[in-house]
Amino acid sequence: MRTFGFPEFLFILEAAKWTIALSLIAFAGGAMGGLLVALGRTSQSRFAQASATAFVQVFQGTPLLLQLFLVFFGAPVIGIDVNPWVAAGVALVLNTSAFLGEIWRGCIQAIPHGQTEAAHALGLHYVARMRDVVLPQAFKIALPPTVGYMVQVIKGTSLAAIIGFTEVTRAGQIINNATFQPLIVFSLVAGIYFALCWPLSLLAARMERRQARALAR
Amino acid sequence: MNYNFQFQDVFAAWPLLLQGTWTTIQLSLTATVLGLTVAIVCAWAKTSGPQPARWVVNAYIELIRNTPFLVQLFFFFFALPALGLRWSAHAAALVAMVVNLGAYATEILRAGIESIPRGQIEAGLALNLKRHQVFRHIILKPALKAIYPALTSQFILLMLSSAVVSAISADDLTSVAANLQSQTFRSFEIYIVVAVIYFLLALAFSTLFRFVYRLALDYPDRR
Repeated sequence: MRTFGFPEFLFILEAAKWTIALSLIAFAGGAMGGLLVALGRTSQSRFAQASATAFVQVFQGTPLLLQLFLVFFGAPVIGIDVNPWVAAGVALVLNTSAFLGEIWRGCIQAIPHGQTEAAHALGLHYVARMRDVVLPQAFKIALPPTVGYMVQVIKGTSLAAIIGFTEVTRAGQIINNATFQPLIVFSLVAGIYFALCWPLSLLAARMERRQARALAR
Repeated sequence: MNYNFQFQDVFAAWPLLLQGTWTTIQLSLTATVLGLTVAIVCAWAKTSGPQPARWVVNAYIELIRNTPFLVQLFFFFFALPALGLRWSAHAAALVAMVVNLGAYATEILRAGIESIPRGQIEAGLALNLKRHQVFRHIILKPALKAIYPALTSQFILLMLSSAVVSAISADDLTSVAANLQSQTFRSFEIYIVVAVIYFLLALAFSTLFRFVYRLALDYPDRR
């Protein structure tokens, strides 16, 4: 039986790069999807509103794990062969889109309606109104909760371990199966997540406090 | 796409699915009640407890909120037995859920407690209420009312993330689904049905919480 030594430590630590890569993919894709969802939820078009709402309800109303399973087992059904990498990426992007979209919808709606009306009065069409007037202001309010949500995204990537994608949690399981030293292994795994997430949590809290002070003035 | 959907194997196993659904409901509701209790104690310690208690509670909250639920679950199920504590997957799952919810709910509740005006507490003390009476009637109840929406969406999130406890085979709905799919190979159909059940559970939970609100917290206030 192997004992937990430096190579085992390195194996788990190196798997952290896959956790980070998956988090970045989920966040980048989720940001694009989230923007679409937020614009759909706040749009005038009934169709865009209804489809964005349905999307959000489905992805916020079912477990992330099940979404992962549905992509992983569902993709072969429509004739696409996926590996755990792609399945985890797609499921996390869709899930992140729904949650970021809801956060950003709130930020867009927090911008006073007079701004939109003024842009209308100046003859700006939808794209210019959103791009140059509403979204830049919404961006400022959206930043702290978005940074906070990145923590959820990083933690969500741990579920990819269940469909067999070797990131930190899966690496921990593998080492635990070989060494039977769960206390060290899972403390290390938890420590890596903590090291990734805690700075982001602190940053989000700091930005929130700064913003609260700025708004109070 | 020429896939032949076959749901009959899934629906034939309805007693198992029902059993799993019931386990998920039981786990979630028990964890909700116990987690809220933990949160009330921790929120009290954090807002008006002695300094060392505040440090402990802060460390607990930060530790839980910055690590994934799955890793916490593995820690409770694999690491604690290595220290000599033997327990079933079901018990480990329940404890992991309580500990997880406790941390999130403490933070939510703290925000509620801090929103209670100082003068209201002083008024309570001036009326000669005991400290615990002030906490229960003047701080806790209005605080719960103020943060009720955030708290209940955390409860629903907990119910949904309880699907993760299938990773240690805790007999919940997703574990049942995983067993079924290894027997019938109808994974896609099974997970569609199970996802729909979770969706309905989420709706049922939010209805239940609205009902609880009307029962316990729906009193007139000046706001």
